[in-house]
Amino acid sequence: MAKRDQGGQGCGEALPLGELERRLIDAFQRDLPLVPHPFAAVAESLDSSEEAVIGALSSLMDEGVVSRVGPVFAPHKAGASTLAAMAVPPERLDEVAELVNGYPEVNHNYEREHRFTLWFVVTAPSRERIDAILADIERRTGIGVLDLPLVAAYHIDLGFPVQWS
Amino acid sequence: MVLNDTDRDLIAAVQDGLPMVARPFAAIGDRVGLDEAEVIRRLDAMLRAGVIKRFGVVVRHHELGYRANAMVVWDIPDDRVEAVAGEIARCPCVTLCYQRPRRLPEWPYNLFCMVHGRDRGLVEAQVEQMAARLGLQDVPRAVLFSRRRFKQRGARYASAAE
Repeated sequence: MAKRDQGGQGCGEALPLGELERRLIDAFQRDLPLVPHPFAAVAESLDSSEEAVIGALSSLMDEGVVSRVGPVFAPHKAGASTLAAMAVPPERLDEVAELVNGYPEVNHNYEREHRFTLWFVVTAPSRERIDAILADIERRTGIGVLDLPLVAAYHIDLGFPVQWS
Repeated sequence: MVLNDTDRDLIAAVQDGLPMVARPFAAIGDRVGLDEAEVIRRLDAMLRAGVIKRFGVVVRHHELGYRANAMVVWDIPDDRVEAVAGEIARCPCVTLCYQRPRRLPEWPYNLFCMVHGRDRGLVEAQVEQMAARLGLQDVPRAVLFSRRRFKQRGARYASAAE
C-alpha cells in the first residue's frame, strides 16, 4: 500500500490531496447522511457525483489517509475498553508488539518515548474479557501490564479540524 | 440504550467501515439479515443514544501530515481534576482528554490528553503554552511522543466469536 510518508523528519508538509478529497475530509468526519445513497447525498452537497465520491474515498483508504468510513463508538457505551501500558525493554519491543497485535481486541498500539514503551487500547464486549486478555499478555510475556481504564472523558471527538495551509 | 443481539450483529458488521458501494447500508444489511431501512433506523438510534459518537470519514492523522502526536499526562490534585480537564479539553490542539487511575508508585499521572501537531517542536510549544495559561507549570507532567505505530483501527466492540 502506498503510504504518504516519504517526507523528511518532522517536515510536516501538507499532503498533495485533491480538492474533492480535502472537502470530503473537511465536511464528512461526522454526519455522513444515513440515507440509502449516502455517497450520492455527499456528492450533491459537494457538487460532485456519487461515482467520484466513492472513487475519492476508496483512493484515500488505499493510500492510508482514511482508515474507514463508518462509526466511531463512544467509550464504554457499547462494551468495555482500557488503555494498557507495558515497560518493554527495547530489544523485546518488536516481539511483544507483534504478540499484542495478535489479539483482535487490540486496536491502537503505539511505541512511545517513556520507560513504558508500549501503549495499546483493548476493547471487548465485557470487562471480564479485558481482564483475561491482560492476564494472558502478562503470562505470555512475563512483563506486567498497567491497566488504565477510563474514569471520565472530557473531550471525546477524534474528528478534528484540519488546517490545510 | 440497551443493545440487543441484532444491534450487536450490526455493530460487528459495520465497525470496520462501510463498503464503498452505492448502497452500503443495504450491503451491510445483507450480511446480518436486515433490510436497508432497518439498518439505517438502528444506526440512527445508536447515534441519537450516543453509542455511536459520530459516523463519517475516519482519518489517520499521521498520514494527513500531523506527524507528531504526543500523549501528555499530568498529576492533577483530585479536587482540581475536573476543572482542569475541562480547560485542557477546550484547547484546539487537544483531541482527547481523559481521566484515568494512578497506579502508584510506577504511574503517578491521572489526566491524559492527546496533542497533535505538524512537528515535535510545535507540540512541545503548545504544551508549554497550555501549562502556562492554566497555571500548571509546577504540576508533574510527562510528554510521551509516539515513535512507531504498530496498529491503528477502529475499536471493535463485537466479534463474531463472542
